[in-house]
Amino acid sequence: MEAVLEARGVVKRFGRIEALRGTNFEVRPGEVVALLGDNGAGKSTLVKTLCGVHTPDEGEVLVDGKPVTFNSPSDAQAMGIEVVYQDLALAPDLDSAANVFLNRELLRGGLAGKLGVLNFGEMRRRTEKALEDMQVKLPSVSVRMDALSGGQRQSVAVVRAIMWADRLVVMDEPTAALGVEQQKAVLRLIKRVRETGRSVILISHNVPDVLEVADRAEVLRHGRRTARFEGDQMTTENLVGAITGALIQEDA
Amino acid sequence: MAVLAEETTRDRLYNFTSRFQIFIILILIVAVFSALRFDSFATFANFRNVLVQAAIFSVMAVGATYVIITKGVDLSVGSILVFSGVAAAKVMEALGDQGWPIAIVGIIVACLSGLMWGIVNGLLVAKAKVPPLIATLGTMGIIQGLALILSGGIDLKDAPYVLGDVIGFGSFLGLPVLAWIAAAVIIIGGVVLKITKFGRHTFAVGSNSHAALEMGINTERHLIKVYALAGFLAGLAGILSLARFGSTTISGHATDNLQVIAAVVIGGTSLFGGVGSVFTTAVGVFIPAVLTTGLVMVGAQSFWRDVLVGMVLIGAVYFDQIGRQSKK
Repeated sequence: MEAVLEARGVVKRFGRIEALRGTNFEVRPGEVVALLGDNGAGKSTLVKTLCGVHTPDEGEVLVDGKPVTFNSPSDAQAMGIEVVYQDLALAPDLDSAANVFLNRELLRGGLAGKLGVLNFGEMRRRTEKALEDMQVKLPSVSVRMDALSGGQRQSVAVVRAIMWADRLVVMDEPTAALGVEQQKAVLRLIKRVRETGRSVILISHNVPDVLEVADRAEVLRHGRRTARFEGDQMTTENLVGAITGALIQEDA
Repeated sequence: MAVLAEETTRDRLYNFTSRFQIFIILILIVAVFSALRFDSFATFANFRNVLVQAAIFSVMAVGATYVIITKGVDLSVGSILVFSGVAAAKVMEALGDQGWPIAIVGIIVACLSGLMWGIVNGLLVAKAKVPPLIATLGTMGIIQGLALILSGGIDLKDAPYVLGDVIGFGSFLGLPVLAWIAAAVIIIGGVVLKITKFGRHTFAVGSNSHAALEMGINTERHLIKVYALAGFLAGLAGILSLARFGSTTISGHATDNLQVIAAVVIGGTSLFGGVGSVFTTAVGVFIPAVLTTGLVMVGAQSFWRDVLVGMVLIGAVYFDQIGRQSKK
């Protein structure tokens, strides 16, 4: 099956440091793929290259098999690729409807719209619908973000990404700051995203999380892909071995 | 969920009471003065007087509300007011006529001067990344100095008569024209902040500028626009002040910035950014204005006004802090 998003031989240098040294990576349609690696392995740089924050010095990025050039995150967004950042990128003083539509505000029709008047009702309605589709329960979409729990905030950020991503949602350490129950809720949410047919890149340090939701895993080490696992190869031993460098696949 | 619903109710109650707190304080102040001096305080003439006092500050405070919501501050508004008045007076003097065409040129010159300085402030804050407190402290001195150089340090008094007759002292439907202008600025400024995309982005930039940037908002450009708005309104205040006092009042605005910030904060806009309203700022402007006239009428020294305004200011920020902590 053709990859939704693929990196081929990507090199990214920052001054004299080579963060990515001919990295390959692929995401297939409708799958959750875990991107693993130790600190400094190049996970963040790779993801930033895939979503338009960085442009590769060498190699290419392909969407549905066609080479693309992302000059900014909005180029990637236009191709249906959204990122849920670790800091969630939410405004704590605004409510969830306002955050979901942040910088994509719906305006009223006619003259009012030309003057920039917001369509509050429609934004609230669509946010409620999106939350409901993902089975996320909030007291109300009109509650300020800082009155919600960490898990609920994470959910709003994920729902926002899904709302605008037709192809792919990238999640950077989505369970890192959460309690046990809330972690489970986020993992359930990731599975629901897959059910909608979208792909997910899950960046995580948490091997049990990866084993629970990911269909495949790709491991980076020193700026290169060193291992790929799927099916019954997805074991704690293999994943940890690959992250620490004890296990390296020659053909990865 | 039950716990959350409770928090939500408290959140709403907090928002509700903090919005109304300031109205209640204003009504209490009015009630006390009315009880003490009903014959003179609770009169229409005095009401008009208070409106005029509050009008020019309100215009500046609308801009300051936007700035403070972005987590910024603008110390240069008083200097911009003076500079714009001087620039307008100079141009009108040079054109040397008393009619409306000249007055309109003066109004445009004042507003454009203010706009220009506002853009300078915005560029310093957004592009040069100088903290707003320092950037506008610097421009406050620069602009005031240039106003003094431009005028030779002597107040200009050659404003066209129509400006004073119609705008400075005129009435429309029984209320001062200055008050109508201020009301228009407050209503437009308040509605734009509440229901438009521009207002929404102002809150977003103040609440979490990093998030706003990640979602693709051009935060630098937005900040420049907000400071430009504050400058423009200070320029408008400059021509209103010239119309009212018939003089550029060069040395009379050194503490305008602090009084404007006090009004905004008393009105419940948070110095931490992301929260605020132009309409409550308007109430915040009225409290010092009411105290000034009220204290004079009850025979107290007017210096008490500063003492009381200071106490209200500290109280407003104190309750804002408590409200924030209770939400955490």
